[in-house]
Amino acid sequence: MLKLNNVTAGYGSTTILHGISLDVNEGEIVTIVGGNGAGKSTTLRTISSLINPTSGSIEFEGRDITKMAAHKVVELGITMVPEARQLFPEMTVLENLQMGSFTKVARPRYKEKLDEVLTLFPRVAERLSQEAQSLSGGEQQMVAIARGMMSCPKLMLFDEPSLGLAPIVVTQVFDVVKKIAASGTTVLIVEQNVFQTLQIADRGYVIENGEISMNGPAQELMGNDHIRKAYLGI
Amino acid sequence: MDLIFTNLVNGLMLGALYAIVSVGLTLVFGIVKVINFAHGEFLMVAMFLVFFATAYFGVHPYVTLVVVLPLIFGLGMLVQRVLIEPLQDSDEHIMIFATVGLSIAMINLMLMLFGPDIYSTPSSGLRTVVDMGPAMFLTGQLNILIAAIALVGGIHLFLTRTQLGRAIRATGQNRAAAQLMGINVSWVYMVTFGIGVSCVGLAAVLIAPLYPTSPEVGQYFVLLSFVVVVMGGLGSISGALLAAMIIGIVDAFAGFYLGANVKDLVVFGIFLLVLIFRPQGLFGGARNMSHVS
Ligand SMILES: Nc1ncnc2c1ncn2[C@@H]1O[C@H](COP(=O)(O)OP(=O)(O)OP(=O)(O)O)[C@@H](O)[C@H]1O
Ligand SMILES: [Mg+2]
Repeated sequence: MLKLNNVTAGYGSTTILHGISLDVNEGEIVTIVGGNGAGKSTTLRTISSLINPTSGSIEFEGRDITKMAAHKVVELGITMVPEARQLFPEMTVLENLQMGSFTKVARPRYKEKLDEVLTLFPRVAERLSQEAQSLSGGEQQMVAIARGMMSCPKLMLFDEPSLGLAPIVVTQVFDVVKKIAASGTTVLIVEQNVFQTLQIADRGYVIENGEISMNGPAQELMGNDHIRKAYLGI
Repeated sequence: MDLIFTNLVNGLMLGALYAIVSVGLTLVFGIVKVINFAHGEFLMVAMFLVFFATAYFGVHPYVTLVVVLPLIFGLGMLVQRVLIEPLQDSDEHIMIFATVGLSIAMINLMLMLFGPDIYSTPSSGLRTVVDMGPAMFLTGQLNILIAAIALVGGIHLFLTRTQLGRAIRATGQNRAAAQLMGINVSWVYMVTFGIGVSCVGLAAVLIAPLYPTSPEVGQYFVLLSFVVVVMGGLGSISGALLAAMIIGIVDAFAGFYLGANVKDLVVFGIFLLVLIFRPQGLFGGARNMSHVS
């Protein structure tokens, strides 16, 4: 479904990703794990075209999206729930959700999707007319995920959705990601919460200094000595 | 008593004019994050357009709105696309040079084409004095007040009730997130700049019949609008409206009782007081679109 071939990318003249290759098959939950500054967010930003690769290529459903504009990528069905939520702070929760279904593809399905996300997130439903910035961190994360779902994605990218949340909320977030995947959306998730992520994922990639250092089925990675030492602290 | 009333009414109408001009300026600042120092020159160009369209077609100045608005809107979009967008990720100072440079270029182009002369659009009955008991004003002034109310209300409805308007606010609040929603932010910036300068297009149609047109007229009208925008809280539309009315009324009273020379002293004195005691502007912090970029 998604295929990165030897992608290099960075900011200005600094190269951060040094030839990343990875693929995600339809229906999978794939995770990218790695330490701070390894290039996880940069990888997701490159996939959603907020940054353009300097070399290599990205394919989605057989189409070359390497140089496509970010707003076009969304229309094709790739939606990112970005790091630190990035809500529209002075818009209401409902308006944030409305922005989620901005594309031509999503707009006709607005009502249906709204029902779906409000059933999934009853707490969000209670706060529709509040400004997004007035919500708690956990509530904001739910809105960010709901907003992403509104655009009817085929592939959803999550960038550290559990960051800064209380353990009980973290568990809720992982439950939601599992539900989204179960309903047929393919998931690529970046996390520092390596243990919980590997538990829900099918496969994983380990990224170190902008390079993939290891990959394989989630079970295998969980048993790997290097990973147990470096990321699981066992 | 009558004089107080007349000054108050005049101040409101002057304030309405500042409001129309300032709303466009503050919208562009709040969303595109650019201080458009050429805002006044768009007003000047639009006033020339009103003058020539009125003369050429022999129509009432207000009718020229149908030509002036699309032309100014298009010119604004073009400027955003070819001048602002390529510089948008560079240093703020470069952007200041760009719009100041544009302003100087526009003034000199018009000086070259039309000289420093004054062009008078026919007043077409808009200088008729209305004597409403305690207050006296011109019909053209009253229309400015009505237009200002309609414009501010219209822009508010547009920004809150339409999908494009919401996309504009979203882009102003978080550009990257807006892209992730599938919003073409470069298009949104063009539309916003177009709307911003269309406000002075509207202002031009309203004031051309009342004030003479010349290449330097933009400087005269827009200086106080910068004061209004800062006083209202950069990026705040409701703030700009309130600040415009205050400046308009102060301007009218100070001009009448203290004379034209002292007037500016009073206006800028109040501006300084606001900056000292409410540096975020009158409405700043409460409803400010200029959030994270
Ligand atoms: N906008 C930017 N401009 C310049 N450099 C950046 C920018 N964003 C990130 N970087 C740099 O790119 C490198 C990789 O950052 P990235 O955000 O991809 O890391 P990450 O793996 O997501 O880390 P974290 O777990 O801390 O979020 C870091 O060294 C970072 O300093
Ligand atoms: Mg990151």
